[in-house]
Amino acid sequence: MRAPLSTLFRLAWRESRTARRRLLLYMSSISLGVAALVAIDSFAANVQRSIKEQSRTLMGGDLNLRARQGFSAAADSLLDSLATAGFPSAKVTSFASMASAQPSGNTRLTQVRAVTPGFPFYGEVLTEPAGRWAQLHRGRYVLVDPSVLIGLDAQVGDSLQIGYARFEILAAITNIPGDPGIASTIGPRVFIPAQYLAETGLIAAGARAEYEAVLKLPEGTRTPIWVAPLRPRIEKENIRIRTVEEREIDLTDAIQQLARFLSVVGLIALLLGGIGVASGVNAFVQRKIDTVAVLRCLGASSAQVLTIYLVQAAAMGFLGAAAGAVLGIGIQFGLPKMLGDFLPVDVQVSLVPSAILLGLGIGVWVAVVFALRPLLVLRRVSPLQAIRRDDAALAESRRKDSATQITNLALVASVIGLAINRAETVSQGLLFAVGVFVSIGTLWLAAAGLARLTRRIVSPTWPYVLRQGIANLHRPAAQTQSVVLALGFGSFLVTTIVLVQTNLLAQFEFTAAQSRGNLVFFDVQDDQRSGLAALVSESGHEVVSETPIVTMRFAGGNGLTTEEWAERVGMPARNWALRREYRSTYRDSIVPTETLLSGEWFGERQLPAGVYEVSLERDITDELKATLGDTLQWDVQGVTIRTVVTSTREVDWGRFEPNFFAVFQTESLRGAPAQFVTIAAVSSDTAVARLQREAVRRYPNVSSIDLSLVRGTINQIVSKVTLTVRFLALFSLAMGIPVLFSAVAATRRDRLREGVLLKTLGATRAQIGRILLAEYAVLGLLGSLSGMLLAVGGAWGLVTFVFQSTFSFAALPALGIAAAMMALAVSIGLLTGRDVFRETPMAVLREG
Amino acid sequence: MLVARTLTKEYRSGTAPLAVLRDVSFDIPEGAFVAIVGPSGSGKTTLLGLLAGLDQPTRGAVLLDGEDLTRLDEDARARLRGEKVGFIFQSFQLIPTLTAQENVQVPLELQGRGDAGEKARDLLTRVGLGDRLDHFPSQLSGGEQQRVAIARAFANEPRILFADEPTGNLDGTTGAKIVALLDQLNQESGATVVIVTHDLGLAEHAQRVIRLRDGVVIEDRPGRGGAGTHPGADDASGPAAGASA
Ligand SMILES: Nc1ncnc2c1ncn2[C@@H]1O[C@H](COP(=O)(O)OP(=O)(O)OP(=O)(O)O)[C@@H](O)[C@H]1O
Ligand SMILES: [Mg+2]
Repeated sequence: MRAPLSTLFRLAWRESRTARRRLLLYMSSISLGVAALVAIDSFAANVQRSIKEQSRTLMGGDLNLRARQGFSAAADSLLDSLATAGFPSAKVTSFASMASAQPSGNTRLTQVRAVTPGFPFYGEVLTEPAGRWAQLHRGRYVLVDPSVLIGLDAQVGDSLQIGYARFEILAAITNIPGDPGIASTIGPRVFIPAQYLAETGLIAAGARAEYEAVLKLPEGTRTPIWVAPLRPRIEKENIRIRTVEEREIDLTDAIQQLARFLSVVGLIALLLGGIGVASGVNAFVQRKIDTVAVLRCLGASSAQVLTIYLVQAAAMGFLGAAAGAVLGIGIQFGLPKMLGDFLPVDVQVSLVPSAILLGLGIGVWVAVVFALRPLLVLRRVSPLQAIRRDDAALAESRRKDSATQITNLALVASVIGLAINRAETVSQGLLFAVGVFVSIGTLWLAAAGLARLTRRIVSPTWPYVLRQGIANLHRPAAQTQSVVLALGFGSFLVTTIVLVQTNLLAQFEFTAAQSRGNLVFFDVQDDQRSGLAALVSESGHEVVSETPIVTMRFAGGNGLTTEEWAERVGMPARNWALRREYRSTYRDSIVPTETLLSGEWFGERQLPAGVYEVSLERDITDELKATLGDTLQWDVQGVTIRTVVTSTREVDWGRFEPNFFAVFQTESLRGAPAQFVTIAAVSSDTAVARLQREAVRRYPNVSSIDLSLVRGTINQIVSKVTLTVRFLALFSLAMGIPVLFSAVAATRRDRLREGVLLKTLGATRAQIGRILLAEYAVLGLLGSLSGMLLAVGGAWGLVTFVFQSTFSFAALPALGIAAAMMALAVSIGLLTGRDVFRETPMAVLREG
Repeated sequence: MLVARTLTKEYRSGTAPLAVLRDVSFDIPEGAFVAIVGPSGSGKTTLLGLLAGLDQPTRGAVLLDGEDLTRLDEDARARLRGEKVGFIFQSFQLIPTLTAQENVQVPLELQGRGDAGEKARDLLTRVGLGDRLDHFPSQLSGGEQQRVAIARAFANEPRILFADEPTGNLDGTTGAKIVALLDQLNQESGATVVIVTHDLGLAEHAQRVIRLRDGVVIEDRPGRGGAGTHPGADDASGPAAGASA
C-alpha cells in the first residue's frame, strides 16, 4: 500500500525543517528576475492603458491633420464647411523662433505654437496662475513653459517679443497633454493666439514650420468610418490624416519596444536566477542523499522520494517568486518617476493582476524546471548509499537517465519559449536563445578548460596551500563549473549594460566637445548675412563659419521624372527620399566631419556646360538608389539644376554643425535664394547673451542657439538616461549575489568540513585562509574575465548592429566590474574560512 | 606530559545544563600507553577531544607539556597539534576529495616538508596500503580507511597520539596489526599514546586503564602491558611526569 499524497506532503514539510531557510535562499535567486518581469509588464500595461484612456487628450481632438506645406485654400474651405456641419477644428502652427523678454532684455530660442481657439478639444491645460488658458485669445497674450520664465529672467506680466510682434506673458503652463515632460527641456514652448501669427512676420515662404489641425467629432462617432469618404479629398491637398487609434498604435508600439528591451534584461535575470536555483538545489541534494538512502531503506519508493523534495522545492520556489512579485510591484510604482519625463502620458499606476500572475507563473516554472534536474538524482539513490556513499555511481546513473534527458530538453525548450515570448519576432527570440546558449556554453568550456589546466600546471614545487587551493578546482565534486557560470554570466550581464551605456553616452560627449564655435545663428537671410557678420566682429568675436543653405526637391535623374525614376529603381513613388525637402549647401571643399567614400571631390572632371557636380551622403545614396555617374535633377525653387554624382560621403551627424545630404559645387547654386547658418566663437556667457539680444533686435527672424545651453540640455537628458541604466546595472549586480551564494553552497559545507579537519591536523588560520583564497581567486578571475570577454562581444554586437554606432572598449568600467566580481567571489571564500575558525572541531566532526 | 585538571564539559539542552564530564583529573607522563574505557555515552570521545584541544571545556584545564590548551586560541592550538599531536577519529574523517596518499600528506605539507610524498608512501606501505595510494576514501573499505587515518596520524611523528576506537571497525587480525603499530610508535619513538576502546584485549595491552561512567572517573589502575615499569595512577607526581614538565 502506498502512502496518500497528503501524507507525503506532511512528511515533506517535516523533513524540510532544517533546510527550509537554505532552500528559500537558493530560490531567492529568481526573485529579482520575477521582480523585473512583473515590474516591466505592469508598467507597460499601465502606460498602455493610460495611453488608451488619454488618447484623445494626447491628440487634442479625434482627428489630426498635418500639412507639410501649410493648409491650402481648398483645405481651409473644407475645414470651414466641416465646422459649419458640426465638426469644429482648431489649428496649431509650430516653428522655432527667438523670444526676447522685457524688461530683462534676455533672449532664447523657443518653440512657438500658434493656436486657434478651441485647441485642445480634449484635456486641460494647467497654468500658474490657474485658469489662464481660456483667456489666451482675449488679446496679445502668450503662455509659456516655466523654463522660459527662468531662462529669460521674466515673470507673468512682462512682455515677450517674438519676431516683429510683442505679447504679454499671461501665465506659465504647468501641464499640457500630449508632450513628454522632457519636451520642455529640449525646446521650451510658448503659445500665442493664431490671429497674431502674421504679425510676427516669421512665417514666410521657405521657413520651417509644422502645420496641424485637430478635429472634434460628436461623441460616439466611429472616426475611421466617418473619415473614409473624406480621405481622398484631404489627401489630395498633401495632408496626412491620423486618427486617435492610429496615434495610439504609434505610441503603444514605442512603449512596447521599450518594454521588450527591458524585459529581455528581466529574462536574463530570471535565467541567471535559474542557474542559481540549479546549483543551490544541487547543493541541497548532495546533503539529502544520506537521508534519502535511509528513507529508501525504510521503504520509500523513488517516486515518493522525488515527490517529497519536489514539493519542498516548488513551495520554496513559489515563495521566492512571490517575494519577487512583491518587489516588482514596488518597483513598478517607482518606474513612472524614473521614466515619466520620457513618456507622453501621465501614467496612472495600478496593480495589473495578469502581469503579477504571469511573473509568478514564469518564476515558479523556472524554479521548478531548474530544480528538477538536480532533484532527479534523488530518484537514483539506492538504499546501499546508506552503507557506503558512492558519488561516481550516482553521476554515472544520471548520464543514462531518460528522465534527466527529458528535463534537459524541457530546460532548453523553456529558455526558447520564454525568449520567443519576450522578443518581438520569433527569429529574434531564437537568436536571443542561441546567444544565451552560446554564452553558457562558452563559460562552461572555460570552466572545464580551467579544471583541466589546473590538473596539468600544478607543480609539486608550489607551496602546499596554493597547490591545495588550486587542486580543489579539479577534484571530484568541484564547484568550478557552477561558480564560473554564475560569476561569468553575472559579470557578462552587468558589463554589457555598462559598456553599451558608456558607448552611447560617450558619443554625446564627443559631439559637444568637438564643435567649433559656441553660438549658432540660423535662418539668416541673404541680405542679413554680411550685417550679422559685421555685428559679430564689431563686438570683438570671430565668425567661425557661414554656411549657405538652399532648399530644393529631387526632380528625377538620367532624364527621367521623379515618378519614372522611382519606377526604374523599384521604389514607391511616395518614398520620403523622393518627396522630402532637401536643405543643401554648396562649397568647393570637404569638411572635417565628412569622409569621402567613393569617387572624387569636385573639379577633377570635365563636364558639359550647364551640368554640375554633386556629392551625396551614403544613406541618401542608398535610399535614392543612385550611383556614381548618375545625372540627377533638382528643383531649386522653380529652377531645374542638373548634377552628376561624382562622389559619396560618410557624414558624422553627431555634431552641432550643419551637415548635408547633398553638397553642390559652388557654381551650380550661385544665384539661388539661400539662407545662412553663421557660427560664432564668443568668449563669455554675458557676451553671448548680449550678442544674441543685439542680433534679435536687428534681425528678429534670425534665431540663435547658445551651444553651452544645448550641452547643458544634453547633459540633463544624459544624466536621466544614465540614472536608469545605472539602476539596471545595479539591479543585475544585486542579482548576482544570491546566485553566487547558491553556486558556492554545493561545496561550501565540504570546504568547511575540510577546513576543520585540516585544523585538527595542525593547519593554521592563515594556511586555511590562503587555500581558500587561492581557490576562490582563480574562480573569480576566470569567471569575471570570461564574463567580461563575452560582454565585450555582446556589447560590440549591440552597439554595432542595434544602435548602429561604432564600438569602443571602455576598459576602466569593465575591469572595475571584473574586479568587483572577483572581490565578491573572494569574500565568499574568506567567509567560509572565517566559519572554519568560528567552530570548534569537535562540533563539526560529530556531525559525521 | 599531559595533565587534565578538574575537566568539566556541559552541554546546554533546553534550559538545564547537561554535564557530560565532571571534574575529571589525571596526569599522563611522557611515553605512557593509556586506555580510556567505559560504557557507550560515558563521555570518552568528549574527553579525548578536550585532551587533544579539539574542543573547549566548560571548566578546568588541559596542560600539554606544561602549556594550558584552554588558554590558547584556535590558531595556536592548531599549530600545536601540527607539531606534536596525532589524532585518530572514531569515524576516520578522511577528506573525501583527496586520495589516500594525499590525505596522509596533508599534515606534512602543512609543516612545509619537502619529502611529504615519499614519507606518505612509506607510511601507507607500513600499514599495508602500498598498492592503494591513489584510491579515494569512498573506494576503500572501513578497515582500510582506518589504516589511512592511522598513517595520517603518524605522519608528523607526534609526541602524543590520541585514538578513538582505532580497532572498533576491524576484524581480529587487522585489529592486532593496528595495535602492533601503536605499540611500535610507543616503544620506538617514546610517543605517548592515549586510546579509547571497548576492546578489552586492547585495554589490557595498555600500561594504564582509566574507566569512565556518566562522565566521572570511577577507576584508574595499571594495565597488564609493562605493569611495574610505568608509573600508575598513584604516582601522578612521579619522576617521569616531573621530568617532562
Ligand atoms: N553536542 C552535544 N550536545 C548534547 N549532548 C552531547 C553532545 N555531544 C555529546 N553529547 C552527549 O555526551 C555524552 C557523551 O558522548 P561521547 O560521544 O563522549 O560518548 P562516548 O563515551 O564516546 O560513547 P561511545 O562509546 O558510544 O562512542 C553522550 O550522552 C552524548 O549524548
Ligand atoms: Mg565515542
